Amino acid sequence: MRGNAFEARVKADGGTELLRLLHERMGAGARPPVPGEVLVPDLTAAGPEGRVARTALALREATGAAGGSAAWTLLVHPLLALEVAGSPAYLEPDAVVVRPDGRWIVVEIKSFPMIDSSADPSKVGAAARQAAVYVLALERVAARVTGAAVDHSVLLVCPRDFSNLPTASVVDVRKQLSVTRRQLTRLTRIDDIAASLPEGTSFDLERCSPAELTAAVDAVSAAYAPECLAACELAFHCRGQARSAGAVEALGRGVRGELGGLTTVGAVLAAARGESTPGVADDDPTVVALRRAAALRAEALESVPEGLEAVSRGPGSVPEGAVAGCR
Amino acid sequence: MTATTASDRAGFDPGAEAARATDAILYDTLHGAYRGVVVDSPPGAGKSTLVVRAALELAAAGRPLMVVAQTNAQVDDLVSRLAEKAPDLPVGRLHSNDPDPYDPLLNELPSVRKSAKAADLAGLDVVVSTAAKWAHVQGVEPWRHAIVDEAYQMRSDALLAVAGLFERALFVGDPGQLDPFSVVGADQWAGLSYDPSSSAVATLLAHNPELPQHRLPVSWRLPASAAPLVSDAFYPYTPFRSGTGPADRRLTFAVPSDGSGPDRVVDEAAASGWGLLELPARRTPRTDPEAVSAVALVVRRLLERGGATAGERGPQAAPLTADRVAVGTAHRDQAAAVRAALAGLGVTGVAVDTANRLQGREFDITVVLHPLSGRPDATAFHLETGRLCVLASRHRHACIVVCRAGVPELLDEHPSTEPVQLGVTIKFPDGWEANHAVLSHLAEHRVPWQP
Amino acid sequence: MSLINTLARLEAVESGRAQPLTTVRHRRLSERPMVFVPLTTAGEAGAPLGALVGTDRESPRLLTVAQPRDRDLRFAFLADLAEALLPHLDSYADDVEPAERNETDPETGKRVKVEVDLCVDAPQLIVPNRPGIDFVRLLGRSMRFRRTAEQDPDTPYPAPARVPLLGRWLTHYGERARVPGSSLLLAATDLLNRHWATGQSNLEDQHLGALLAWIDPPDGGSGRDAALRAETDRDRRGQLLCPPAGPATDPAFDNRLLAPAIDEYDRARQSLGAAEDGPGADEQLGRLTRAEREIRALLASQARPTWDAVWRGLDLLRELPEGARVADRWTRDRWSFTGHRDRVRSGEPPQPRHDDAVTAAQKLASRETAQAQLEAQEALDDPLVLAGRRLSGEAFIGEVTDVVMAYSESKRPSPRPLITLYSEDRPQLGERTKVYRSLDGKPQSAEFVGREPGGHGLLVVRLTDRMGRGKEPAEGSVPEKGERIAWTLFEHDQRGGPKLPSTEETPWTHGGPPGVEGAGAAPAGGPVAGDAGAAGPVLGAVHLPESRTPADDARPPSPRPSLPLPLPDPVTEEDFL
Repeated sequence: MRGNAFEARVKADGGTELLRLLHERMGAGARPPVPGEVLVPDLTAAGPEGRVARTALALREATGAAGGSAAWTLLVHPLLALEVAGSPAYLEPDAVVVRPDGRWIVVEIKSFPMIDSSADPSKVGAAARQAAVYVLALERVAARVTGAAVDHSVLLVCPRDFSNLPTASVVDVRKQLSVTRRQLTRLTRIDDIAASLPEGTSFDLERCSPAELTAAVDAVSAAYAPECLAACELAFHCRGQARSAGAVEALGRGVRGELGGLTTVGAVLAAARGESTPGVADDDPTVVALRRAAALRAEALESVPEGLEAVSRGPGSVPEGAVAGCR
Repeated sequence: MTATTASDRAGFDPGAEAARATDAILYDTLHGAYRGVVVDSPPGAGKSTLVVRAALELAAAGRPLMVVAQTNAQVDDLVSRLAEKAPDLPVGRLHSNDPDPYDPLLNELPSVRKSAKAADLAGLDVVVSTAAKWAHVQGVEPWRHAIVDEAYQMRSDALLAVAGLFERALFVGDPGQLDPFSVVGADQWAGLSYDPSSSAVATLLAHNPELPQHRLPVSWRLPASAAPLVSDAFYPYTPFRSGTGPADRRLTFAVPSDGSGPDRVVDEAAASGWGLLELPARRTPRTDPEAVSAVALVVRRLLERGGATAGERGPQAAPLTADRVAVGTAHRDQAAAVRAALAGLGVTGVAVDTANRLQGREFDITVVLHPLSGRPDATAFHLETGRLCVLASRHRHACIVVCRAGVPELLDEHPSTEPVQLGVTIKFPDGWEANHAVLSHLAEHRVPWQP
Repeated sequence: MSLINTLARLEAVESGRAQPLTTVRHRRLSERPMVFVPLTTAGEAGAPLGALVGTDRESPRLLTVAQPRDRDLRFAFLADLAEALLPHLDSYADDVEPAERNETDPETGKRVKVEVDLCVDAPQLIVPNRPGIDFVRLLGRSMRFRRTAEQDPDTPYPAPARVPLLGRWLTHYGERARVPGSSLLLAATDLLNRHWATGQSNLEDQHLGALLAWIDPPDGGSGRDAALRAETDRDRRGQLLCPPAGPATDPAFDNRLLAPAIDEYDRARQSLGAAEDGPGADEQLGRLTRAEREIRALLASQARPTWDAVWRGLDLLRELPEGARVADRWTRDRWSFTGHRDRVRSGEPPQPRHDDAVTAAQKLASRETAQAQLEAQEALDDPLVLAGRRLSGEAFIGEVTDVVMAYSESKRPSPRPLITLYSEDRPQLGERTKVYRSLDGKPQSAEFVGREPGGHGLLVVRLTDRMGRGKEPAEGSVPEKGERIAWTLFEHDQRGGPKLPSTEETPWTHGGPPGVEGAGAAPAGGPVAGDAGAAGPVLGAVHLPESRTPADDARPPSPRPSLPLPLPDPVTEEDFL
């Protein structure tokens, strides 16, 4: 609700606010946009392919016009296409602005606040990654338009402090661009993933039973890390798999890095207790360190005076009024 | 062997270019209107030579100055060089009250006066000390001039503590090496122009963007086989070239190869300036015994095979001795493990240290345990460009890297969910890109080996 | 994570229960902590929905905002929050004891001891988790620049009395929470995670319900299973049995239960407005009251389990004895509280939006000192923490096998006895490395001399201080044969950093003194010329020429004539806070 009102505010009157902010932050060298003289082409068309074509045409015209008439152009909800793993993906940036000098700039409008010119870094990072994909898609189009150049910085527009007034910040997305380019080239083609699955595997939610779906998901190997929990709905499933396998990485990437060749909980504990682990030498530095760690820990816990039971928790008792679900 | 004048190479005359840059820097320092001059100095570009020369020229022009370095070793090195170039010039060495506050060698230099009190040294033309010691100095008249050495490794708050002691300064440093950091979080100031955890130069330029920025265009240390890679990968905006041509330096071994992996990679390094000894892919502890042992073996073979280096400095080839070889690692425990392995092989006199401690030093050949070898993933620490840059830029002749296979794949799997702070200038090069660039270059000099 | 802590985690995985990371409690727990459980909407900019607050676990005070988009209701919530928190803060403000502090005499420039008041105790604020701490900072930031009608009769949307004051206190507490080892504002998850290792990752440990399940599972069953249930179990209505500790509520709750209730409230209010004083007004009032009550009940159902979880966590922590040096760190918290009390009383303006260069550098330096201090003190207080330092070679335990008297070579020789120690640890000792042990609560230094050749584990150190002034060492100052002593390679007390210039003397390298035209904090992207609707530049107006005392420090305030208030934030209809 508030987000919609905000976006509307930013784009009102032919994008006056948006362009003012953009010119202020990224308009160096270009004449300021004059409200009322900004071109806002109509991008409607039938179907995604139609819209993509209409957007490309508008971009071409804007760049052509730019050379001549020093006009700013604002494209609202353009549609772009990008080939991902062999299939086209359709992308819809909030806005793309074409400067009079032919420069194309991605604008992303978000509803998280910028307070005292700073914003939640993880949200900014996510917005940067999203905008970088748009920049990549625009580059594909710009390659076929003379005089066009896509800016490697994007404009991030957010509410200012606690209000709904817009403020903006320039975000350099070159790092996110190079990451996305590499990922796109590496991304396994969907055909290849499908080829490795058992015959008849289906992910169709309508037609499969929960057991069939679980089996289908299980057939695709996963690389779980706790960070997945915040990012992906399948994370709980992958976590369960990792935990059943006793994989050390369920505890986090940092833990995994410390333990060298010992990859399961069982192997680590066995090594720490002085038992031999197949495939790992007894003088392996991690094994030596673990045994020492175990000895030091045991020594410290023993040195606690008698009667100090708090050290090892006994069975707890449920206090009055506590909701069982929360423990 | 005659030294090729590198001016035949596409018209680039390194000596002339370097001299031109130095003249411009000195001009700005002595006569410029700005309060600060910044010099980007890539590895082996003659930073210390520049600092010494600038100090002497200022002194000769009747402008007393203070010099700020970051460590005691750097201070003592500068003092020695000053005394060497100008034996009659009185130089002050301000030191702390700790035991062994300065190198005892300074005691043999009659022109050097040492004191723990700045007031004792105030009248001298040049006074040198560490930033930490200068920060405690109070109640003296500010100097008109200062030179701040290793300014990119100096933290912003360290500059804040000493900037009141001088009016104008020449800031010299290497932007490609390790950045300053803090063990406590400093995120709340990220994006502010005076973020206390950022580098002194970053803060200085954020507030004074009009200051003249120079760069030294030539590395006299890095051979022609290394300068292009290091420059492209780590100094994309301040490129530099090698001061020597491909034929100007030679590394040879009298004893032929015994066909083992270490010997083959030594031969590769002698021929091309680089070598990659690649062990089979495996996840290992940080002090991977096989990799550590491989490093030690390579070092031993380097010293056993009658190596000799020849270059532009003189017609005679010099024997490759232990003090001209160094081992670089990312972590202290790795360095300790290599030292132990070398001791076990009876090899002594070889410097073994982490990137942090190798900064500023130079050798003929370096052997590097790759920061990502044997790791399951790449953390920000290991991807830090400064670390890799230091490890790859210490050598005059060749650099041999020991690494397990699988690192390029590890890099590709590195997730990209990094947070972004608004207002912070992106630092280039990107650690990921730099690592890939170095690895693809090394791939051309790979010697796979099963220990 | 150190290997010893990793091992503890893996043991927790195997046993299904959390394992101890400490043998003592390393943070102060107040007798009467003020627990604050805020709730905000699940959307991107979380608007406050309400909170449970209080010092009595049985009777928390429930504050609610029936319609988060209504500014008056939000302000009423803030006013209620002020009334719940400020008297508690005030109750500590006047209970003082005399104390001494070092200050620089402005005339002579020398360090002198000054007698000041120090609050005997300080109020402690506890929130469920780190987002709770962030919310305290957000609230503080949103409130402290508001103006009451009394301060500024012309201000649009005047804040209720005492709300700006609450903002300043919350900002102070939020800033103090960044200091390592401080206990004024704590998150229950951080407290528990410091003392126990669960069998899950750090990220999952931020879930208070799961964390408690690992540490203290119901009926002594499997912590892991209880944690999974806490994370995922939902009831028939799709609501989490263990609601998130917040502040953000679960979207399923927001969408399915809360939104309809708020809609009903809106409709009731509208109808009441339409009915005015006519017939049916009473009925509409009754409808409105019911709608309000429904919302309150819903919010209570989300916040109460978290409230109980926080208190349960505090119970678990109280079972641990307090570490010996915790009181020393709490004393610094008391100085911090007292300092801010003094600044408020002397009429100083609220904390600026951005620290200036000197303040930022001072804070960084003092936090680094605090971090080193904290690490050292925790190791000295707790053999299990020391074990971690022993593993990393930064500490060792040695048994004294021999003591040989020796003296320094000076005109008046002082004792420098050589102590031979047997240790199985492997400390990273180099030539003349300094080591320290604790003698009567204070550090005593020694120097590493060397290892006994051939004798494994035997090493020799030379004691260098705290043996008195005579030629022979004072009684009890030298270890005796057979004693088992813990030595550290890190110092026990940290020296403060170098003096930084005052704010007025900020050098040109850092932009010169703030408040000067064109100088001062500029976000690296360039100064903001002035956004739509804002009055004047964002940053320049707020910087006052006088230096701001960092929130971490307890420098005395200087009484000064009333200064202009800093500019308030811009305001629109759709503000969320």
